[in-house]
Amino acid sequence: MSRPEPEAEEEPRKSLVRPYAMTHGRTRASADFDLITLVVAARPPRPEEAWEPEHLSILEHARHPVSVAEIAARVNLPAGVVRVLLDDLRGRGALIVRSATSQASTPNLKILKAVADGLRAL
Amino acid sequence: MAYAHSDDSVAGGTTARAMPMAVKILIAGGFGVGKTTMVGSVSEVEPLRTEELITTESIGIDDLSGVEGKHTTTVALDFGRITLSETLILYLFGTPGQDRFWFVWDELALGALGAVVLVDTRRLEDSFPSIDYFEKRSIPFIVAVNCFDGARRYDAADIRIALNLDDEVAVMLCDARDRSSTKEVLIRFMEELIRRAQR
Repeated sequence: MSRPEPEAEEEPRKSLVRPYAMTHGRTRASADFDLITLVVAARPPRPEEAWEPEHLSILEHARHPVSVAEIAARVNLPAGVVRVLLDDLRGRGALIVRSATSQASTPNLKILKAVADGLRAL
Repeated sequence: MAYAHSDDSVAGGTTARAMPMAVKILIAGGFGVGKTTMVGSVSEVEPLRTEELITTESIGIDDLSGVEGKHTTTVALDFGRITLSETLILYLFGTPGQDRFWFVWDELALGALGAVVLVDTRRLEDSFPSIDYFEKRSIPFIVAVNCFDGARRYDAADIRIALNLDDEVAVMLCDARDRSSTKEVLIRFMEELIRRAQR
């Protein structure tokens, strides 16, 4: 089943909703959030926390561990915006974060073997 | 609904408890060579797309020569997910194809296990920028020749010579549409990484 490769690179954003408005202009999140940083909701949102709909949507998609990239794709927001919102959620204890494997170093042999074994078992 | 322990996030912000580990492999190559097809052939979900809004300011881009100031542009990244075990998730990221997005490659390459460079023998030269990129940064990669229907078949040795590859770089023929073929490429790449790590 062949799927034509989408013309990913040139596709314009459908609705440019000034995405950074919902981050109140903040564009920088903690550097902890790589595209494959995994996050998971820590607890249900509390009404008194007055989250924005986008925060709630993120929590909804993070019931199981998912990457920053997946959340961005699912909630249809640029990854940079999602990082800021994730930072908010983490800051108030609503989200647990697992940073990507220490990025500077190469993964150890045990991890490499686990990846190879996992692929063979697919 | 089960939630993870909130105490951990309150206390430290990051915790390893009950959280899998994520690793990634990049799928690179020229435009239209089948990167997203390859991602989709093994991904457990339809390839997803995430977008980065990027302000291109003084990044030395010659397309924009003569145009001053900031430009906001969107780079789309297609990726897939393979849950290898309860504790390990592999992400495959297709690299954006245009030269002016090299800085996005830098972000993608950070922490990656390495890359598969997909090659179309009819447009061999399209793969040169990817190969150069990984060679210059000593990022491990494997060359996978996507055997399009009707494309003349070459053998791996010819391709190696044509691409002037180091002996260390494995070259394989594949069909990017085919799950087991893509799996073979990824497994072979992992075996190469393990071999190097054991030296």
